[in-house]
Amino acid sequence: MSAQFPLTLNNVLVRRQGKTVLGPVDHVLNAKGATIIIGPNGSGKTTLLRVMHGIERTTGGQVTWAQDDPAKHAFVFQTPIVMRRSVAKNLAYPLELLRVSKDEIAASVDHWLARIGLERSRNSPATRLSGGERQKLAIARALIRQPDVLFLDEPCASLDGHATREIEHLLKEVASAGTRLVMATHDMGQARRLANDLVFLLDGKIHETGSADALFAAPATAELAAFLRGDIVT
Amino acid sequence: MIEILDGLKEAFRLVLGFDEELLEISLRSLRVTLSALLIASVIAIPLGTYLAVQRFRYRRIVISMINALMGLPPVVVGLVVYIMLSRSGPFGVLNLLFTPTAMIIAQVIIITPVIASIAHQSMRELWAEYHDLLISLNTTKRQRILTLIYDGRRNLLTAALAGFGRAIGEVGAIMIVGGNIDHVTRVLTTAIALETGKGDFALALGLGFVLIGLAIFVNIAIHTLSRTEREGLW
Amino acid sequence: MIRLLWAVIALVWAQIAAADTMRLAVTTSFENSGLADVLVPAIKEDLDLDVQLLVVGTGQALRLGQSGDVDAILVHSKTAEIDFVTQGHGSHRREIMYNDFVVIGPVADAASISGASGAEDAFARIAVAQVPFVSRGDNSGTHKAELAIWQRAGIDTNATLEWYQSVGAGMGAALNTAAGLNAYVLSDRASWLNFGNKDGLALLYSGDPALFNQYAFIAVNPSKNAHVRNDLAILLETWLTSTRAADLINAYTINDETLFVFNATPQ
Repeated sequence: MSAQFPLTLNNVLVRRQGKTVLGPVDHVLNAKGATIIIGPNGSGKTTLLRVMHGIERTTGGQVTWAQDDPAKHAFVFQTPIVMRRSVAKNLAYPLELLRVSKDEIAASVDHWLARIGLERSRNSPATRLSGGERQKLAIARALIRQPDVLFLDEPCASLDGHATREIEHLLKEVASAGTRLVMATHDMGQARRLANDLVFLLDGKIHETGSADALFAAPATAELAAFLRGDIVT
Repeated sequence: MIEILDGLKEAFRLVLGFDEELLEISLRSLRVTLSALLIASVIAIPLGTYLAVQRFRYRRIVISMINALMGLPPVVVGLVVYIMLSRSGPFGVLNLLFTPTAMIIAQVIIITPVIASIAHQSMRELWAEYHDLLISLNTTKRQRILTLIYDGRRNLLTAALAGFGRAIGEVGAIMIVGGNIDHVTRVLTTAIALETGKGDFALALGLGFVLIGLAIFVNIAIHTLSRTEREGLW
Repeated sequence: MIRLLWAVIALVWAQIAAADTMRLAVTTSFENSGLADVLVPAIKEDLDLDVQLLVVGTGQALRLGQSGDVDAILVHSKTAEIDFVTQGHGSHRREIMYNDFVVIGPVADAASISGASGAEDAFARIAVAQVPFVSRGDNSGTHKAELAIWQRAGIDTNATLEWYQSVGAGMGAALNTAAGLNAYVLSDRASWLNFGNKDGLALLYSGDPALFNQYAFIAVNPSKNAHVRNDLAILLETWLTSTRAADLINAYTINDETLFVFNATPQ
């Protein structure tokens, strides 16, 4: 389906104020599945996601898409960014930027409002939504361009169980429809529920990576084992 | 204190008596200031937004200059515009001196920095909020500026109204370039200065109250037209 | 509501048709006299000419004439007027009428100038009593007349004088300041009579011929500023020196007091 993949990270390095926050990282992301990035706070999860999406400048190395189309990858931030306009207009915004026809926009907006259950809030200010609704809106807005890959940075970090379940349900649906997910989380339960592949970051480097089933069953390194147990790993 | 009461009485007498001359100078005040406001907003709002979005080498200097220009004495602006428009000046052939157009030009110069500066302040906050989203959606500069102007329109309205307030009450510059000619360039503020000079404080105050009333009317009218107060949060 | 607003907007931008117009710079004292309100409509009636008055100080009036921003000036400062014509900014100077200056001061009259023998004596008494005096200080015709009297009275106003306040403002503002400071001030009679804030002040001395205040009309020289409407300025000059103008000027009163004496010599 997607000519964009694979996404290749070659010797990627990000330094800020003399400190290495990420890298060097070598990784190849293929077209299928859901990759979950785990690791302690400050291990570089957010930076890795932003580098892959192309909104964070690298200090060294290359991030290469087989065929890059920025409209075909989208990003969901930890704190949802809600625009100061109505719910429907929030959803329409990414399509308006691409000069999609009005009819198509209306149809897409209707479709996504239904999927995230916000039809009733269609014309109310998005800034009035609850935390969970805001994040659902942000995810729907990211998906409305039908991206091949969706990057998510701890989207459920500040949400309650109900909202988290709804969002996970939505993410499973879009993943099974073929959208590539790359998500950072610190919720190991969520990682188990969603992951096909796992990337374990430690101190800015990929410490261990592989299929989720294998890694959860038998971590190769003592650090991942400790991290999965819930120990503090630095 | 008695004089303030006299002024109020005078204001009522003028307004309730549908004083023809009062109507004429009030409408001229509105025509000059609203024209200046429109022109200044068209320049200042995109400029203020651009300065919030774009980093460039002399950005800080440009912002400092605009902030400093907010304090420009109107009399100086009036003198400079006079010299430019005088028959012996560079734009003398346009024959604009002592016309409402000259007054509009002077007011545009006075209020453009005010609007640009306030617009820049609020656009900077909105840009901080939207930055990641607009970058991740791969927007062009133009799209960013238009989005900020659209979503920040309520704050921009406040900026414009601040400019209106400064222009409608301004007397120093328009006195020089307009000349306070009866039936041609006399507006509320220059009439107030004239009556004060004649020692007719009651009439001067009466006109002052009319000016305040007019400013309040315009503020309410603009809010009504833009429906900002009705839609709640933005 | 919105329809009403549109109606207001349409009204605000409606243009007023322009007739044959000329611009005349006049001094504040002339405007404050109220005579313009009689003359301007009469001119419109007789000549079908709209005279737009720019009410400014003498200094600014001369400057506007020099730049060609007005078609003629009507001021009252003989020396400056003669210079203006000599330098070629105006073709010639035509005397129209005069009024007079009066010395205003607090009702109590601490310097007792009401018994003065002349303008110089009145000023000398103020200086001796060291009571507050407000000067226009704006190079206007009135200011220049005041300075000439001080000079003849032998008092140097350039020296630091506690009681001498130079306000750098128009006649009305200077009168307002004098009312506030309970000070003496030199004013033209018309401005004083029309002044609304007399609060504690009174006319204390007048009548010395040295206080006569001659107004003159100067058409801006068209050879220096080709665009000035010299034809209209000459038309106006002819009217201002006519018997029709003489009647209107001599008949103009405030509180039954005559203000101006027409003294133009017909050509």
